[in-house]
Amino acid sequence: MNFFKKLKESLTGKKTEDSGTSNQDTEKKSAEVLKKGLEKTKNSFFGNFSKSLVGKSKISDQELDSIEETLLKSDIGIETSLKIIDGLENRVRKDKFIHTNEIYDFLKDEIKNLLLQNKKDYSFSDEKPYVIMVVGINGVGKTTTIGKLAHQFNKNNLSVTIGAADTFRAAAIDQLEVWSNRTNAKLIKQKMGSDPASVCFDTLKSAKSNDSDVVIIDTAGRLHNNVNLMNELTKIKKVMSKVSINAPHEVILVLDATTGQNAIEQAKQFSKATEVDCIALTKLDGTAKGGIAIGISDQLNIPIKYIGLGETVNDLQLFDKDKFVDTLFSNEN
Amino acid sequence: MFQNLSEKLERAFKTLKGRATISDINVAQTMKEIRKALISADVDYKTAKSFTDKVREKAIGQKVLTSIEPGQLLTKIMKDELAELMGSESTDIQIERGLTKILVAGLQGSGKTTFSGKLALYLKNNKKLKPLLVACDVYRPAAIDQLEILSKQVNADFYCERDNKDPVNISKNAIKFSKTNNNNLIIIDTAGRISIDQEMMNEIGEIKKAVSPSETLFVVDAMTGQDAVNTAKNFNEVLDFDGVVLTKLDGDTRGGAALTIRSVVNKPIKFIGTSEKMEGLDVFYPDRMASRILGMGDVISLVERAQQQFDEDEARKIQKKIAKNKFGFDDFYKQIQQIKKMGSMKDLVGMIPGVGKNIKDMDIDDDAFKSIEAIINSMTPKERSNPEILNGSRRKRIAVGSGNSVSEVNKLIKQFLQMSKMMKMMQGGGKNRVMDMLNNQMQRR
Repeated sequence: MNFFKKLKESLTGKKTEDSGTSNQDTEKKSAEVLKKGLEKTKNSFFGNFSKSLVGKSKISDQELDSIEETLLKSDIGIETSLKIIDGLENRVRKDKFIHTNEIYDFLKDEIKNLLLQNKKDYSFSDEKPYVIMVVGINGVGKTTTIGKLAHQFNKNNLSVTIGAADTFRAAAIDQLEVWSNRTNAKLIKQKMGSDPASVCFDTLKSAKSNDSDVVIIDTAGRLHNNVNLMNELTKIKKVMSKVSINAPHEVILVLDATTGQNAIEQAKQFSKATEVDCIALTKLDGTAKGGIAIGISDQLNIPIKYIGLGETVNDLQLFDKDKFVDTLFSNEN
Repeated sequence: MFQNLSEKLERAFKTLKGRATISDINVAQTMKEIRKALISADVDYKTAKSFTDKVREKAIGQKVLTSIEPGQLLTKIMKDELAELMGSESTDIQIERGLTKILVAGLQGSGKTTFSGKLALYLKNNKKLKPLLVACDVYRPAAIDQLEILSKQVNADFYCERDNKDPVNISKNAIKFSKTNNNNLIIIDTAGRISIDQEMMNEIGEIKKAVSPSETLFVVDAMTGQDAVNTAKNFNEVLDFDGVVLTKLDGDTRGGAALTIRSVVNKPIKFIGTSEKMEGLDVFYPDRMASRILGMGDVISLVERAQQQFDEDEARKIQKKIAKNKFGFDDFYKQIQQIKKMGSMKDLVGMIPGVGKNIKDMDIDDDAFKSIEAIINSMTPKERSNPEILNGSRRKRIAVGSGNSVSEVNKLIKQFLQMSKMMKMMQGGGKNRVMDMLNNQMQRR
């Protein structure tokens, strides 16, 4: 198997021809993890729909209100919620008799329409390594996500170099060191407090001479309204392109699913500074509904690529909107 | 985002304009808008609803004085109600005569470890206590190292057991250790946990039982959305915590979660985190938070931001130059760079109360300074420090060099001369009254 094919597979999570049984097993397992993680979400999130809708054949104002409440309580946000409701009302006007199932299907469709999945096909150049830069505000789970990503690449026999460019937070480098040991990745680091751009430069240089397949750059958490720190991010990005013209090939913004409407502003500002390619939505195994993903997809056109469902290495999954929405709606349990 | 909310409120208040009393009918639409605004600020759906219901009750029948607009009256009612809901004054931390024990809990990434370090520094400086920081996060890689580094930074004692995976046991041992080590304050940092993880929630319950802390503090990210209800409730059920810590308030979130948590569990918010630095801990002021959630002009934030970005030494140098009438274009250029660092112009202007609605449709270009910068860049160093030598031919050269017309160059030079004249005047009369005012504002924070 050639390098880019392998890379693509590990990035898209799809195995092309030679998918063995062990692979099916892991898929099954990952489906279970997703389901387990989302079950709690489902019960509180769309579970409410069934309560409010079963046995009725029309949508009354009252019911529309309760749908609105459910949407808003999931952090979908006013604008996007109203969009969904507007669509729903249009449908009601057209088809006078609506049954519960139809409403379900319609809501599913509507939300799926708003949700962007990471469709962008990787246009791999011959540039190696493939460089991924991970950004986000403090405490969203950047380092953990990187550990999980490195694990996935490692599983697919790709060599990984991690750049510890969070030189600010206490013990950030140590944390990354633990993860790199766990995942067989090479870690490039400097002292705490050193220039993050220089760490990135070193990382890419070293990855090149070591013939690494993938580079993952960890950056310090920063609030999106801190102009200086955001400028620093732009600089880090620029420095990388000096070693490798198209680097970083992918910028992943990590968002915490418990975050409210501020996530939209975060996505906006990080995009401005680094042209974010996709989002990793973390902490979806809690009670948070992650509805901001829908709002961000709708308003900013940034696709969701990964979801984080726990603290162990296997708890990172590719975001699949059909699975995501279907699992939320499924009538089991 | 900043404008959004004030805009919505202003639009909402329009329906009230020109009426003598606030009645049921003219208030209904307003309340709906306010509710939406609150939800956009991440206030929980139900909390927002009960809040607007209460405000409506208080507002209806109120006579509107001719001097103020109904909107203003409503704003006042709302702000008072909010502040009351948030607790009318700040609550201090419980210090015990012997050993004060503080347990810190919360979700992953909410900022527990950073807060623990900050609290140690704060209580060391303000209450003259001798803190011991205890690392009970045995799960996250390098969590122990992180707390150890922070404890060194704030000069606090540190306790950990790297091979012990039982946080209940560690915390018990830490208390014993604190007695021999003569600490009168111990702060226990725990692992982040999701509120529906039964095992982990049991664990924190056990720690609390074993320690019987003087205060249990629940740390929560100010950016939390609707989930704040569940998390706060679940943590409170297990821990019955004494206070809340809101972190990451240096972001631009409205922080509606503060209102949600307060109304759901009725526990005071005690501290707020305002930066990544160890000094970035502040006591919670309910009225300031009320203003923030309502978006009623973030003057304080504006001053804070200005203070953050403003280089005092530079300012002093410029002041001296003005006094000596030596303020040149290069100083002007430096000032522009400082203003630019403070953020987008629209953002800044939007923070001034009442301005919000006026600039809604105006497109404030962040590149507004570009042509000014170009003109200054096209001057020779000599011209910059001696603007009076700028004659016709020099102006023409500058215009060509910067890609502007001569009249634009003239305009800038004229404005600049007026400005430096004005600054000279401000300097001369009344002993820096403007600067004093600004300084006072800053010190009040």
